Amino acid sequence: MWNYEKRLQYPVNITKPNAKIAQYILSQYGGPDGEIGASMRYLSQRFTMPNRMAAAVLNDIGTEELAHLEMVSTIVHQLTRDLSMEEIEKSGFGPYYIDHTVGVWPQAAGGIPFNACEFQSKGDPVTDLFEDLAAEQKARSTYDNILRVVRDMPEIADPIRFLRAREIVHFQRFGEALRSVQENLDAKNFYAFNPSFDNPCKASCKDCK
Amino acid sequence: MNENRSGKQLLNRINQVSFAVDDLLLYLDTHPCDERALMLCRKMVKERKELLEEYAQNFGPLTIDCTDMSESESWKWMEQPFPWEREGGCR
Repeated sequence: MWNYEKRLQYPVNITKPNAKIAQYILSQYGGPDGEIGASMRYLSQRFTMPNRMAAAVLNDIGTEELAHLEMVSTIVHQLTRDLSMEEIEKSGFGPYYIDHTVGVWPQAAGGIPFNACEFQSKGDPVTDLFEDLAAEQKARSTYDNILRVVRDMPEIADPIRFLRAREIVHFQRFGEALRSVQENLDAKNFYAFNPSFDNPCKASCKDCK
Repeated sequence: MNENRSGKQLLNRINQVSFAVDDLLLYLDTHPCDERALMLCRKMVKERKELLEEYAQNFGPLTIDCTDMSESESWKWMEQPFPWEREGGCR
């Protein structure tokens, strides 16, 4: 269950439309390393985590990612409101405009629609947490790529820097969650069994040896 | 507490305190026995509650749990702007 708060996790106030930048940043909404994929990945994977720490980290980071996709879509919306037809045609935003006017729709910068194949939910906590660590780094790289383009536009760069910094914090927390899972496994062979499937009790509760 | 804070200043403080809670929450998930973090988190959660109430009383509710703060005849929750709207704009 979630409750909505009528505020952004970090404020976004963009005053100048820019269709080209909007199309770039749209990738962090519905692109391969975007916030929708991040949130759906963690909220899907949490069900098969073998201990409370890993489940809590996935639950709470997956929730924060919902706030991030709201920030990214706010950036896209504010960059595309009040666009002139001339700007739309000049900036390369034309194909998007034909299909969506200036509605926010999840796609990558290159136009590929969002699709669940952009993330995995493998039902194996070691596999899933390694994917999560990689996902945070891929998102961080994408924000770095965006920042090179918007460096001189502080009203865009500021919230992007906030989002980039969160990727690094999440990477840290996922590393700690992975360690907690591996500490409950046999250090001589982490892969002897899948703690979420073959023998869940051994890995998830301290009382049964 | 400052009596004459504008809505913008108050919202700014709510964002700051809420972010501290967001970050402490994740930290505590992996460090559940860190006493300093526990203390700081309790302090921030308490301040957040008070600020959300103060905001609801003066400017309107930001969450469903604050919709009982005013005696208004109309549904104030719906009147609160969405966070992507332009200040003073009509959408």
